[in-house]
Amino acid sequence: MSRIGVAFDKARADGRAVLVGCMPAGFPTVDGSIAAMTAMVEAGVDVIEVEIPYSDPVMDGPVIQKASDIALAGGVRTADTLRIIEAVAATGAPVVTMTYWNPIEQYGVDAFARDLAAAGGTGLITPDLIPEEAGEWLAASEAYGLDRTFLVSPSSTDARLRMTVEHCRGFVYATAIMGVTGARSQTSDAAPVLVSRVREATELPVGVGLGVGTGAQAATVAGYADGVIVGSALIRRLLDAPDLDAGLAALRTLSAELAEGVRNPAR
Amino acid sequence: MSAGETAERFPDSAGHFGRFGGRFVPEALVAALDELDAAYRKAMTDEEFRAEFDALLRDYAGTPSLLYPAERFSAKVGARVLLKREDLNHTGAHKVRNVLGQALLTRRMGKRRVIAETGAGQHGVATATAAALFDLECVVYMGEVDTERQALNVARMRMLGATVIPVTTGSRTLKDAMNEAMRDWVANVDDTHYLIGTAAGPHPFPELVRDFVRGIGDEARRQCLDLTGALPDAVLACVGGGSNALGIFHAFVPDTDVRLYGFEAGGEGVDTDRHAASITGGTPGVLHGARTYVLQNADGQTIESHSISAGLDYPGVGPEHAWLHDSGRARYQPVTDAEAMAAFELLCRTEGIIPAIESAHALAGAVQIAPQLAAELGREPVLVVNLSGRGDKDVHTAGEYFGILDKEQ
Repeated sequence: MSRIGVAFDKARADGRAVLVGCMPAGFPTVDGSIAAMTAMVEAGVDVIEVEIPYSDPVMDGPVIQKASDIALAGGVRTADTLRIIEAVAATGAPVVTMTYWNPIEQYGVDAFARDLAAAGGTGLITPDLIPEEAGEWLAASEAYGLDRTFLVSPSSTDARLRMTVEHCRGFVYATAIMGVTGARSQTSDAAPVLVSRVREATELPVGVGLGVGTGAQAATVAGYADGVIVGSALIRRLLDAPDLDAGLAALRTLSAELAEGVRNPAR
Repeated sequence: MSAGETAERFPDSAGHFGRFGGRFVPEALVAALDELDAAYRKAMTDEEFRAEFDALLRDYAGTPSLLYPAERFSAKVGARVLLKREDLNHTGAHKVRNVLGQALLTRRMGKRRVIAETGAGQHGVATATAAALFDLECVVYMGEVDTERQALNVARMRMLGATVIPVTTGSRTLKDAMNEAMRDWVANVDDTHYLIGTAAGPHPFPELVRDFVRGIGDEARRQCLDLTGALPDAVLACVGGGSNALGIFHAFVPDTDVRLYGFEAGGEGVDTDRHAASITGGTPGVLHGARTYVLQNADGQTIESHSISAGLDYPGVGPEHAWLHDSGRARYQPVTDAEAMAAFELLCRTEGIIPAIESAHALAGAVQIAPQLAAELGREPVLVVNLSGRGDKDVHTAGEYFGILDKEQ
């Protein structure tokens, strides 16, 4: 079983959900992002999702766009992302990588899989790669023992949902709302329905993302999902802070609040 | 297997043109793309849809557009140049054909809202026009830089009842407008159709847009035979995303004696970092839902494009062009800003026609290839050039370029 699978199993045994926290690589700097992700782990985030910054992130809202722009303007390269993954994996927390497809294609799919595995990454979340276009990645992930997380959406038909989860390994990412990333005041009614549809199709754990920003929302989502995925709300703590230290402090506070939330699932 | 036979079989059912095309999109959009694909395939075999589309093109858009022998321009170029006058269509460009087709599809799918991206504003104006005609809500995303370059078209869209949203992210041009339109679509896909403006994006858009604009080439082929008794030696068009070029190329693809030339925006030169020539200056990658040629760095980050023409200022290209390039059926060459503006001026002065700066790239292409083609053929070549749009929207840009605004104001 993959390291992500172990984390989900352990949380399930404890009667809670896994907390996945997302941060773009190289934001606000390479070292700053390592510090941020380490702080998140120390404050109770179970799994770190490292997003490779991309110039045209069509699934992301304004917060992640801005953080990605800052990282790219700072000159972060794909090779830096691998270094960041290695550093964060050294904390012991599983590190999954979220990436738009073009950076991987340009690095070379097989080469990236090899280097990701060597850095201690568990696998990829691919927001703009559907299984039909993923031939090379399916082969490379098999070759290097990496997890594959494709997204399912409320608009996915039953047939597509079954096909998609059959190609997943590690966990399934359910997009709770029809829309881009970003914290919202309410999570959607569609999410529990989607999660139960995924459960009918697979034994794999299901993480729910898009829209979660508070401990209370995390508790709500933990009530029906195996994993709670938080990105924009955490990133905003760094964006809004006057300096990195203040940002890290705010990041720890929110991480702890969310960690508390996933330990008190609303039933 | 001839290029013609190959073309009939592309794209495959998943939208692949060889290694290009496909669908690189969020899962949330797949259901909508499937719905669109089904509606489109049903419509294309439905007599009623064809009749309705043909009637709109004829009675509303004003097609078939003329094929005009531009004699004074020809004399300067050294070739017999036949201009396909898409600039005379309603809204002033070939794009009206695509929007009328997609607006009809939108109505068939029961959707009430259309969104669009626009660069020069021509597609935005065309979409706003069709939305007014079909009583659809219309939102147009336009890069902030382009709203400044093309203020007249912004006003046009608003007059037609559209909401224009200036996009302030990234390079604030066409690619960022496409990103924002995609984000809107992901959030509103239930009631919204993304009326994409060029033969790019995820399957089925490249194929669907090509089929809605292919009338340009069907007409031009017939008109050229009527006028000259023969097919042309070459067909020329500018290429940004590439819909006007595919529109005029498609009918000629099986005619392997007819050379097809696409002219990309060479900006300040493809050897500089300020151009928009994705095929001649880019590499294969994934952008906006398809694999195609992209201006990008070694990490796959999109590089900002540059062109004096807002409509060509895009770092990607439709996947069918990528495939036509790789297969050798069409040739792609860059035209610099300076070459395009010289051809712009030449057409103004010889024919009394102000072309869109986009189309001026195709005119400059005629200037580029005429001597070599004449030498090759041993006679004056016959060139069909797609005059894809008119230049009213570019008067300010051209006026500044030629330094004539102060003198005449």
